[in-house]
Amino acid sequence: MDRPIRVLVAKPGLDGHDRGAKVIARALRDAGMEVIYTGLRQTPEQIVAAAIQEDVDVVAMSLLSGAHNHLFPKVVNLLRGEGVDDVLVLGGGVIPEDDIPSLIESGVEAIFTPGTPTKDVINFINTNIKRK
Amino acid sequence: MYSEKKLEDVKAAFKDWDESVNKSLAKYPERKEKFSTGSDTLVDRLYTPIHVENLDYEKDLGYPGEYPFTRGVQPTMYRGRFWTMRQYAGFATAEESNNRYKYLLEQGQTGLSVAFDLPTQIGYDSDHALSEGEVGKVGVAIDSLKDMEILFDGIPLDKVSTSMTINAPASVLLAMYIAVAEKQGVSSEKLRGTIQNDILKEYIARGTYIFPPEQSMRLITNIFEYCSKEVPQWNTISISGYHIREAGSTAAQEVAFTIADGIAYVEAAIKTGLDVDDFAPRLSFFFNAHNDLLEEVAKYRAARRVWAKIMKERFKAKKDKSMQLKFHTQTAGSTLTAQQPDNNIIRVTIQTLAAVLGGTQSLHTNSRDEALALPTEDSVKIALRTQQVVAHESGVTETIDPLAGSYYIESLTNQIEEEALGYIERIDNLGGATKAIENGYIQKEIQNSAYKYQMSVESLDTIVVGVNKYKVEETGKRDLLRVDPHVEMLQRNKLDKLRSERDNSLVDKTLSVLKEKAETEENLMPYILDSVKAYATLGEICGVLREVFGEYEQTVIL
Amino acid sequence: MNIEERLLKKDKRACARLISMLENNDEEAIKIIKNLYHKTGSAYVIGITGPPGSGKSTLTDRLTKELRKEGKTVGILAIDPTSPFTGGAILGDRIRMSDLALDKDVFIRSMGTRGFLGGVSKATWGAVKILDMYGCDYIFIETVGVGQSEIDIVKMADTVLMVLVPNMGDDIQAIKAGIMEIADVFTINKSDLDGADKTKMEIEMNLDLNEKKDYRPPVVKVSAQKNEDIDFLLSKLKDHESYIKNTGKIHEIRRRNLKTEILQLAEEEVLKIIMNKAYENDLIDALSTKVEKREEDPYTAKERIVALLND
Repeated sequence: MDRPIRVLVAKPGLDGHDRGAKVIARALRDAGMEVIYTGLRQTPEQIVAAAIQEDVDVVAMSLLSGAHNHLFPKVVNLLRGEGVDDVLVLGGGVIPEDDIPSLIESGVEAIFTPGTPTKDVINFINTNIKRK
Repeated sequence: MYSEKKLEDVKAAFKDWDESVNKSLAKYPERKEKFSTGSDTLVDRLYTPIHVENLDYEKDLGYPGEYPFTRGVQPTMYRGRFWTMRQYAGFATAEESNNRYKYLLEQGQTGLSVAFDLPTQIGYDSDHALSEGEVGKVGVAIDSLKDMEILFDGIPLDKVSTSMTINAPASVLLAMYIAVAEKQGVSSEKLRGTIQNDILKEYIARGTYIFPPEQSMRLITNIFEYCSKEVPQWNTISISGYHIREAGSTAAQEVAFTIADGIAYVEAAIKTGLDVDDFAPRLSFFFNAHNDLLEEVAKYRAARRVWAKIMKERFKAKKDKSMQLKFHTQTAGSTLTAQQPDNNIIRVTIQTLAAVLGGTQSLHTNSRDEALALPTEDSVKIALRTQQVVAHESGVTETIDPLAGSYYIESLTNQIEEEALGYIERIDNLGGATKAIENGYIQKEIQNSAYKYQMSVESLDTIVVGVNKYKVEETGKRDLLRVDPHVEMLQRNKLDKLRSERDNSLVDKTLSVLKEKAETEENLMPYILDSVKAYATLGEICGVLREVFGEYEQTVIL
Repeated sequence: MNIEERLLKKDKRACARLISMLENNDEEAIKIIKNLYHKTGSAYVIGITGPPGSGKSTLTDRLTKELRKEGKTVGILAIDPTSPFTGGAILGDRIRMSDLALDKDVFIRSMGTRGFLGGVSKATWGAVKILDMYGCDYIFIETVGVGQSEIDIVKMADTVLMVLVPNMGDDIQAIKAGIMEIADVFTINKSDLDGADKTKMEIEMNLDLNEKKDYRPPVVKVSAQKNEDIDFLLSKLKDHESYIKNTGKIHEIRRRNLKTEILQLAEEEVLKIIMNKAYENDLIDALSTKVEKREEDPYTAKERIVALLND
């Protein structure tokens, strides 16, 4: 692929811990991707609006506050509602194993929990991106 | 501390020894090229009197309870009384949290520590649009005085000390606490506890800010002033380094940025006309207890010495209590792994030892399931027991500051002090902590350290057991705490009920007075107290302040 | 509906996709721009430049909100540098414009410079046209101006706004030569800080020395964060707009900009051809080997490649 992959790194909800989001953003940049970082306190609507205007390949959400079961599927559904079907939706943060299957079922492609090396995230994106 | 001649002898002998070891490295190599602390500071093969040849016992170390307090802030430390075992807790509704508090007190916890949910920390009621999905998740949902009354039901506020992790709306929660105590017949003079109330670190690392810096400082200094008269036993601020460290800083940065924040608060308070000795004794700190035990011990000792010198020389404090750095510690959440969670009990034990050998005044130990969810009752019990075993069975509490005099510890203490002072000077040159935050200097430093650490884990320079070495196939099934999703609905119903039962004209009146006063320079605490007692909700009170003060906009430099 | 039709109907996804296609040199995008080019020209383009940390993003957010009060549709292109080492970029200007994300009459797009020097990206020209076709009344191009080299914003905008902050000290000296020439309006942001008046005075003095301009750029103090005097700044931007429209200078400016654009596009095309010729059958490798051995000189080598252009 001769174009940079565009990734939206977002912090949905009220969670203020951004160490992970920032480390991921930087790692993706170092892997040659264009990273649009939204900053804190994004509503699902804001995330989707940004994803559309920025025509991203990936929406990567980081959440440590336990609100993932509510917020991640909401973003997926809003994207679908807008007719967006070629964006990879990923999640990361403090997410119990038990919650992962239903998140995947709702449309999140992968969940990256604490301890995941950044290169795993990079490889996943490179392999699973929907638009070449 | 050592005579010239003896030092010369040691220097010579050491040189011989070091050289012979180096020669034998080809045959007996060391495990790695570089040895360093958890903060990536280089560590020598051996520490000797040479490393601390200029150490002046009286000047640099002194005695516990005496300036510069390097060896501890109390004369008897744990021989007099153990640190307060204070487990941070709170989730879902006030009723459920109340139960957890009673359980912990029964199990031997000696102080309460309240965790609030994100909407509460950010001044939103449980039915606000942004609260969706967040109610009761990371702490207890408190929408009004009614919830606060339930939270402390059956808990005598004249007997327990309570720490509340609340920052931007600290004034409101403190007012609620005072009001609950009043209903219990306990006057505010008897109340003991802490509010975190440290907005600068919110801007730096934690993110639960509401108002812009100037207005936030006003609320903070209002609290200092109010408490110095009405709630004299209350610790009005917990200047925090914990979160700065969790965000990825090094040990020296943790000390430096925390103390820089402290300097900003002291300056702000003095500017309002307060005398330093009037409020400084009630300032407290909150540090992290990280993995590298020896570095952490050095860190706490350095922090005490740095703060004491700054209070004495820079702010001309006269009282000893103004110069003492008292602190609460929490073991490092970010070091705990989702992989093989039982290993976390061992990590927390090491971190507990670090905090205790470092002289902490109170301690929260994390539970093993930290990287997965909020702790179950079982997990939190083990965390508490960790503190109790260290206190009663390890022997480290039999004497004060037992690691003092260790060549390594004293050398590292000096090193951290020097590095921290360097950062503090740079921040001073930038115009102080608030300015340094505004232009992103502090955040950038932390981000760089965080990234460096991540890369060193991925390159296997740093080993994390279970994550990049000694891995297993994770079975995944664990007993975890789950917050009932109905909490949000329950809180909404409570709010509806409250709004229909209270005297709404009184609420309106107190809120309009608050708005008026917010536009002046007056101390807002009495007016917040009035609104709280009228059962105005947290969201309503903060809403008024948001209108007058505006909201903070984050500086992000990646 | 195809992407062209959707674009004209203000479909954000179509607009976004078209900008991506253009950035990625998709022929389809160029075809569409050709088809719709006659519809462009009504959007007014304001370039916002200035040193890092001057608050450009916040200012762009505030100015956009002011324009929205008038019911105008606004497009924002926020440009950040692409890393020359990794080819990646962190585009963080949106953070300051969170409120606007949901406004249906605001379109915000972040772009990396992607190797293009001058503070903007090669695709910026095209992106401006796409936003014009989308229906924007005003388009802000927000970029980083770090000195005299970052003057490409001038070649794209109708009005250039230079954002400075108080107490720039040495920085002002360093960029003075460049900025006095290129800005149509100056603003001193964060003017609640000490030194704002002094900085304003310094700029005014320098403008006094620069007699040649027929339009004296105003120097406006604002505080974007506190939302102070933004309406006043906007009025000054509009003054410039009126000036160049009423005097007909706008055509001169746009002609000049388009000249640069056309030449830039042509230059790129020619460069591509040369590179293709040079790398064909590893010609360039063979030539450089010869030159290194002193069997040929660099000028003759160049002539060999250029000669191939005529084939």
